[in-house]
Amino acid sequence: MFKHYFEQVHNVAIWPIISLSIFFLFFVGLIIYVMKIKRDHVHYMQDLPLADDNGQELSIHDELKNL
Amino acid sequence: MEIQQFKYDNKIVKYFIIATVIFGLVGMLVGLLIAMQLYMPELNLGLQYTSFGRLRPLHTNAVIFAFVGNAMFAGVYYSMQRLLKTRMFNDSLSWIHFWGWQLIIVAAVITLPLGLTTSKEYAELEWPIDIAITLIWVVFGINMIGTILKRRERHMYVAIWFYIATFVTVAVLHVVNSFEIPVTMFKSYSWYAGVQDALVQWWYGHNAVAFFLTTPFLGLMYYFLPKAANRPVYSYKLSIIHFWSLIFIYIWAGPHHLLYTSLPNWAQSLGVVFSIMLIAPSWGGMLNGLMTLRGAWDRVREDPVLKFMVVAVTAYGMATLEGPLLSIKSVNAIAHFTDWIVAHVHVGALGWNGFLIFGMLYWLIPRMWGTKLYSKKLANTHFWLGTLGIVVYALPLYVAGVTQSLMWKDFNAEGFLEYPNFLETVTQIIPMYMMRSIGGLLYLIGAFIMTYNLIKTAKQGAFMANESAEAPALEKKQIVGGHWHSKWERKPVFFTVLVLIAILIGGIVEMVPTFLIKSNVPTIASVQPYTPLELHGRDIYIREGCVGCHSQMVRPFRSETERYGGEYSKAGEFVYDHPFLWGSKRTGPDLHRIGGKYSHAWHYQHMLDPTITSPGSIMPPYPWLFLQSIDMNKTAGKISALRRVGVPYEQGYENTANDDLQKQAREITDGLSVDGISTSPDAEIVAIIAYLQRLGTDIKVDPTANK
Repeated sequence: MFKHYFEQVHNVAIWPIISLSIFFLFFVGLIIYVMKIKRDHVHYMQDLPLADDNGQELSIHDELKNL
Repeated sequence: MEIQQFKYDNKIVKYFIIATVIFGLVGMLVGLLIAMQLYMPELNLGLQYTSFGRLRPLHTNAVIFAFVGNAMFAGVYYSMQRLLKTRMFNDSLSWIHFWGWQLIIVAAVITLPLGLTTSKEYAELEWPIDIAITLIWVVFGINMIGTILKRRERHMYVAIWFYIATFVTVAVLHVVNSFEIPVTMFKSYSWYAGVQDALVQWWYGHNAVAFFLTTPFLGLMYYFLPKAANRPVYSYKLSIIHFWSLIFIYIWAGPHHLLYTSLPNWAQSLGVVFSIMLIAPSWGGMLNGLMTLRGAWDRVREDPVLKFMVVAVTAYGMATLEGPLLSIKSVNAIAHFTDWIVAHVHVGALGWNGFLIFGMLYWLIPRMWGTKLYSKKLANTHFWLGTLGIVVYALPLYVAGVTQSLMWKDFNAEGFLEYPNFLETVTQIIPMYMMRSIGGLLYLIGAFIMTYNLIKTAKQGAFMANESAEAPALEKKQIVGGHWHSKWERKPVFFTVLVLIAILIGGIVEMVPTFLIKSNVPTIASVQPYTPLELHGRDIYIREGCVGCHSQMVRPFRSETERYGGEYSKAGEFVYDHPFLWGSKRTGPDLHRIGGKYSHAWHYQHMLDPTITSPGSIMPPYPWLFLQSIDMNKTAGKISALRRVGVPYEQGYENTANDDLQKQAREITDGLSVDGISTSPDAEIVAIIAYLQRLGTDIKVDPTANK
């Protein structure tokens, strides 16, 4: 099937560099974002699985902070 | 704000749970049977349908797709409805998904023992079943995305992200790896050949572990662990980093299954680097799980659910540290092809998947039946039997793996192999195989105790098929602002596309050069397509699952070129191998250079009863190869199919191929009659001898033909 090969790639070394760059930029972006999230939103998201039993609210974040 | 009433669908969850338990027991039972066949080959009952080679894929498929798969669906259907505060999108789709998946499993249970297999690991099922899997998977996807779209909770919790990633990635992996050209209703050839087939297969195989056994279970962990511990996940920020870096990095790591093989070196290195990097997100996830128990560790002593979950997450941490270490080339040189790898995957399967499933079931069933667990004591017994079972399973195999590998590599003072007979290295570790099966037995007994306990629990309660719930409707108004991730969490389709992009990058960077650059697969002039008889033999080799115990990949080590005679395996030797048969485990010796090493008569005797030629061998006899005939009606179809995927058989050769087949078969039977053996030229044994005698001989003929 793959009949039309490139005969050679002279700069095959570019591939790992591209890979590393993509990952690096991606990861830096991710870290910057995560550092900027607001605490309220974090608590809201964390409570999602616990609050599903018909609306019971939980506020044990303060308690957990002291652990 | 309008409060809406609705009902959660528990019945679908119940059915998936029942399937989980039944297929879990079946899958483990088959595993125990083949583990015992390793030291008692006669346990195959003398039947071709229950021989090791055919049951091994049944075991792996049953455990991965039936046990873990059904458990995943049960957990997803339970948690998703509650996290999104809605019933599943469409009940009919839920039931099509359920029954479709069970039918696929039944099809696997029938076809695999019949020897209908593609031979590609964890993708053994033949093409009609592949199509069915695709359709049912799409039904699951529509149902899931539909549920997300009709949700009453604006934000998608981290568990849902993992479910989305699972759906998207498994779809891509399955479709790309299943490209095959049908020959008959239950026979196909892989679209790819040799090195390319190997790369695609292990990109799939590795990520089947990642996106079928890991990401959905991380989603379940992020839901059920906080539920069981009754406290929020330790760090939501960590879960974001965990999610994106895990799915981004995982997809690159596939080539670590092919270290020291004929895969181009740059691809191997890429696989190693990304495998090492995987430690970070994996351990981020593990720590996030364990730290969720902060302040609740006293309850781990009391609560069987938490016990199971803590061991599960710990096993995840151990397996995800071990995996990257095994990807380091020098470690891999020792561990690859040995029982070390079997131990490694079972720490993951028994510890991580199994124990998380058990914990989830012990938590779910009392809730869904509105009662308490029937017996905490039995659950604790299960926990200790299971934990002990994992240890007794894994430890002997670590010892076996390292022992055997060192014996393979051992040279004496004169510079010869200390153990030139491969069989010596097998008989050495048979006690370890026995101990391993005891570990498996303990684990299985635990699972039976759980089944009893869960049935009793259900009997004492009352099942609620539709659980009432209420939640405010999701307001339609546009919410502006928030950081970009919180925006994405509100936009499921966009989120899904981002996940798709993240997982495609790795696959594309790895595969495009391998497929497009000619120099990556150097051609060897003397390598020729298989003859029709050899092709039939190769298909019998595939049918019998020989690849489960025999590799066809002589690695470039002196200990291997010495043992297997001459040259290590070259990429160019496999260009007509649809599919590749490199294998991943050497319970028996490598066969890539077996051609011409022994006489036809040796192979004849060996297949009839391996202990005639190799006293003490644990390979089972293959008496049916002497009774069954080659199906020459299929020759033409095989030749035509292979030509379509690029094997250079001349046009019209399919019409005369059977003449060549009979000629070569007579040469072999003539050769056998010299040794006083008379056999019919159309017996399957003749084809398998032809194939084995051909293996690896192309470059023996004229070593200077290497371009």
